[in-house]
Amino acid sequence: MMKIQLNNREELFEEEKLTVSEILALKNFSFKMLVIKLNGKLIKKTDYDTTMVSGGDEMMVLHLISGG
Amino acid sequence: MTFDEIKSILKTKTVGIAGCGGLGSNSAIALARVGIGSLVIADFDVIVESNLNRQYYFHDQIGMLKVFALKQNLKLVNPEVRVHAFDIRLCISDIVEIFHKCDVIVEAFDKAEMKHMIIDAVHTHMPEKHLVVGIGMAGWGDNELIHCRRSDKLIICGDELNEIAEQNPPLAPRVGVVANMQANAVLEILLGKNPYK
Repeated sequence: MMKIQLNNREELFEEEKLTVSEILALKNFSFKMLVIKLNGKLIKKTDYDTTMVSGGDEMMVLHLISGG
Repeated sequence: MTFDEIKSILKTKTVGIAGCGGLGSNSAIALARVGIGSLVIADFDVIVESNLNRQYYFHDQIGMLKVFALKQNLKLVNPEVRVHAFDIRLCISDIVEIFHKCDVIVEAFDKAEMKHMIIDAVHTHMPEKHLVVGIGMAGWGDNELIHCRRSDKLIICGDELNEIAEQNPPLAPRVGVVANMQANAVLEILLGKNPYK
């Protein structure tokens, strides 16, 4: 079991560790234009499969949409 | 802090504005009003009539390059603000070159791809820099959905929900709220949290 802060909300997962990709799939973030930050650090798309998220981590998922 | 004290801090500061549409023109004007020292503004576009429903331009400026019209308007509001205007379609290397001396950068692009590019560029090449991004401001109403959140030096303003579409156009009130929220976030970065409650 692990507890993380996802977009400022507490989230519980049964697993001890998950990759960024696995969390995106579990939480149904299916948009193409995403920005992911883990503990303040930007995670590149090519690293989603290899970057591990563990208990206590802070993750920001930002869905970019047009307008400005 | 009194307004004179605030101005004396702000006049030493430089803010970059990436894009001079609804977010960029309105946040730049707000920063000029409170006495920011310098603004670095960049855009490639020309003003058309449909921009006037939200962007800080005037009818007789239609056809002008946005950066030059905005420079004019900023100077009318506050002649003391220094404005460095770049008529350019920004790419990653331009972003670094143009904005590296700024204390804060305001992301004010229209397209999601461009928002992605500047977030990536700032995190990769200027990780020490604060970036204030506007995401989701189309339509009207839903005031309670507009918010601000941050992760380290990245600050997000908007509803993160309402994408512009034919049936969901960007309009002055909501775009202005988010643009001014971005300017307000810039002040908090430059002045620190307001201790007066």
